[in-house]
Amino acid sequence: MVAEGSKRLAAFDEMLPEVSGLRRPYEAYDRWLKEQDPARLTEKMQDAERVFRKTGITFAVYGEQEASERLIPFDIVPRILSGQEWRRLTQGIEQRVQALNAFLDDIYHRQEILRAGRVPKDLVAKNEAFLPEMIGVRPPAGVYTHIIGVDIVRISENEFYVLEDNARTPSGVSYMLENRETMMQLFPELFQKIKVRPVENYPQLLRQSLAAVRPQSTKGTPTIAVLTPGSYNSAYFEHAFLADQMGVQLVEGQDLRVVDGHVAMRTTEGYKQIDVLYRRVDDNFLDPLTFRPDSALGVPGIMDVYRAGNITIANAPGTGIADDKAIYSYMPEIVEFYTGRKAILGNIPTWRCSEPDSLKYVLEHIHELVIKEVHGSGGYGMLVGPAATKKECQEFAKKLQAKPSNYIAQPTLALSTCPILTEKGLSPRHVDLRPYVLVSDRIQIVPGGLTRVALKQGSLVVNSSQGGGTKDTWVLDD
Amino acid sequence: MLLGRTANGLYWMNRYIERAENMARLVDAGLRMALTRTQSASEEWNSVLLSAGSDIAFSQKYQDYTAANVSDFLLRDTSNPSSTMSSIETARNNARMVRTALTRETWESINEAWMSLKRMLARPIDERDLPTVLDAIKRETALIRGSFYGTMLRNEIFDFSQLGTYVERADNTARILDVKYYVLLPSLSWVGSTLDNYQWESILRSVSAHRSYRWVYEADYKPTNIADYLILNVRMPRSLTFCYRFLGEHLKFLADDYGARHACHGTAEKIQAMLKRGSIKDIFDHGLHEFLAEFIRDNTRLGDEIAQDYRFY
Repeated sequence: MVAEGSKRLAAFDEMLPEVSGLRRPYEAYDRWLKEQDPARLTEKMQDAERVFRKTGITFAVYGEQEASERLIPFDIVPRILSGQEWRRLTQGIEQRVQALNAFLDDIYHRQEILRAGRVPKDLVAKNEAFLPEMIGVRPPAGVYTHIIGVDIVRISENEFYVLEDNARTPSGVSYMLENRETMMQLFPELFQKIKVRPVENYPQLLRQSLAAVRPQSTKGTPTIAVLTPGSYNSAYFEHAFLADQMGVQLVEGQDLRVVDGHVAMRTTEGYKQIDVLYRRVDDNFLDPLTFRPDSALGVPGIMDVYRAGNITIANAPGTGIADDKAIYSYMPEIVEFYTGRKAILGNIPTWRCSEPDSLKYVLEHIHELVIKEVHGSGGYGMLVGPAATKKECQEFAKKLQAKPSNYIAQPTLALSTCPILTEKGLSPRHVDLRPYVLVSDRIQIVPGGLTRVALKQGSLVVNSSQGGGTKDTWVLDD
Repeated sequence: MLLGRTANGLYWMNRYIERAENMARLVDAGLRMALTRTQSASEEWNSVLLSAGSDIAFSQKYQDYTAANVSDFLLRDTSNPSSTMSSIETARNNARMVRTALTRETWESINEAWMSLKRMLARPIDERDLPTVLDAIKRETALIRGSFYGTMLRNEIFDFSQLGTYVERADNTARILDVKYYVLLPSLSWVGSTLDNYQWESILRSVSAHRSYRWVYEADYKPTNIADYLILNVRMPRSLTFCYRFLGEHLKFLADDYGARHACHGTAEKIQAMLKRGSIKDIFDHGLHEFLAEFIRDNTRLGDEIAQDYRFY
C-alpha cells in the first residue's frame, strides 16, 4: 500500500515548496523553530509520546491488550492554514453540506433529482444505504446530517479536493481536541507568540447544536444522550469523552426503551425521557423492530418514536446514502442542482467502473490509478496502482471485471506534504484534512480539524489502521 | 441523574476491588498458618477456600491442598471468577463502562492496578515471591482506594460505590467468622491451647486486625473478644457493625437525595438494629453460627434489593 520505490510524484509541500520558498502561514513558526535546540525538540517529541500515552491511557479502552499499543502516533510539527485559506475552505464546505442535506431531503421525499435524471434512479433505489423506512419522514428542524467530517486533500497552492463526505458518524474529533491539548502542554510559549484560533469549544458547540434541533414538542431544556455500542467498540473512548465533555449521559441500547411514545433511559430514579440522541451506532442496529432483528445495540420501537417526531436522532437514519462512494462521483451535479452554483470545492475526478467506457479506461490505466471498493472504508480493499506489482494489478483487474459496479477509480494524486520531525530533522510526509461541521439552524465549522499524516516516507495512505499518524491543525487568527 | 447501569457498574466495580484485596488477605492468613503448623496445613488451606467461597470449584480442579495450588487458584487463576486477577479484571471492565462517572485519578489507578497485576500474575508465583506479590496486591488496591477517597465528589456516584464496598466487606468478614466459628465457641475450654491461639490469630490476620486487636483489648486472644471485635466494634473498619454504619449512612443519603425510601432501607435498618441490640454474650447464647448464617442471608438480600430498587438491570 506504500508508494515507496515507485516513481515519486512531485508533491506540494505546505511549509517549504521547492519553487517559492517558505510559505507565509509558517513564517512565525519557522522563526521559533530555528531558535530551538534540536536536543530539546527531540526531548519534547518523547514528552509528547508520554503526555499522549498518559491521556491515551486516561481514555484507554482499546481492546484487551496493553492500552499503549493502539495509540495513534502524534507528530509535534503543526499543520498550519492561514485565515484566508480557511475562509475559502469553509465556504466550499458550507455549500457542500447544504447540498448534502438538501439531497437527503429530496431523495426521501419528491426525488426531483432522480426525476431530472441528474443521478441514476437505480444508484439510489438499489443502494443498501438508502432506507425506504425514511421515505416521507422529515426529521426535527429538517436536518439530516448534523455532524459531518469532510475529508479534504490539497495538491497545490490553490487546489483543494474533497476525498470523501463522511455523513454518517464521522469519528476522530477527540483526536483533534487531544492534539491541541497536548501541543498546549508541550509548547505554551508558541501559543503566546502565534495567534491560533481555538478548537476547545467543540463539545459546547456540539451540545448547543444538538439542543437546537430538538423535537418541536420538547418542553424546556432538552435531554441529550450519546448512544454507544458499548465499551468494547474501538471508538468507545471518543463516545465517553464527548459525553463527558458535553455533560450528557452515555447510554447503551440496554438502558433505553420506549415509554409512552418517547425514548427513555433507565435511571436510578426510574425512566427519564430523552429528546436528542447523538448515536454512534450504525443504521442497521438502531431498531431491531425495523432493521436487524438480532441487534441488541439499539432500541426496539425507536423508529416509531422518530416518525412521530418525538426524538431527534443525529445523524438521521439513512444519511449513509449521501456519502456512498458511488454517489460521491455525482457530487458536483448534486451541489449545482440544489445550490444553483458550481461547487466551490471540487471532487477528485472519478471513473465509475459500472460504465463500460470508464471500465475500459480503468483497465487500460490500472497502473496509474487508485481503485476503491464502493462500500469500503479505512483503506481496506483498495489498489494503489503505482505502488502495486504487476501481479497485484492483474489480480485486481480480475476482481474488477467480475463485478465492475463495485468499484470506482481515481487518479493517483500527489497529496500535499507537511514536514514531520524525525530523528534526522524535518522530513515531508503526505497529509489530508478532516474538518468537523455541525449543522442545526446554522452551519458551524470548528477552525481546525484532524490532520492525518502518512508516517512512512512516500506513502499516500493516511488511515490510522494503515500506519498513519496525526498532527495538530492550526488556523491562524489573521 | 444517574443511569441504573452506571450505578450497577459502580457497585460491582467496588465489590470486585474489595474482593481482589480480600483474596490476598485470605492467602496471607493461610500462608501464616501453614508455616506455623505444618501438620494440618491442608485443613487450613481448606478453610481458606471455604472462606473465599471457592472450595467446590477448587476441588474440581485439584486434589492437593497445598500453598502453591491454593494461592494459584485464589490469586491468578482466571477460570476462578473470584480470584484476584479475575476480580481486578472485572473491576476494570466495570470502571471502563462507568468511565464518565469516575475522576481521572480513580480511573488511572484502576487501570494501572490492572496492568501491573496482569504483568505480575502472568506466570505461576514462586513460593518465595508470594509475600512480595501479596504486598503488591494490597498496595495496588490501597492506591485505588486512596485516589477514590481523595478525588471523588460525595454524590450518588460515591454512595453506590460505597454500598458495593461495604456489602462485599460485610459478607467477607461474616464468612471468615462462620468458617471458624467452632474455634470461637467457649464450651470446650476457657484457656486457649497453643492450637487455639494460632486459629484465633489466623482469623484476625484474615481481616488485617491482629495488631489493632491488641490496641483495643488486652494482649491475650480471647474468643469472645475476637468475635466482639469483628462483629460489634464500631471503630474496626472490617467489623459487621462498622460496615452497616456506612451502609445505613449511604442509603440515607440516597433516600434524602431522591426523596424516596425503598425495601433496601428497611432491610439495612433491620440488620443495623440486630447488631445494635445484642451484646456478644447474647449472640453466643443465640448461637454464633445461626447468627452469622442469618446475617449472610440478610446481607445478600440487601444487595439484591439495592439492585432492584435502583434499577440496576
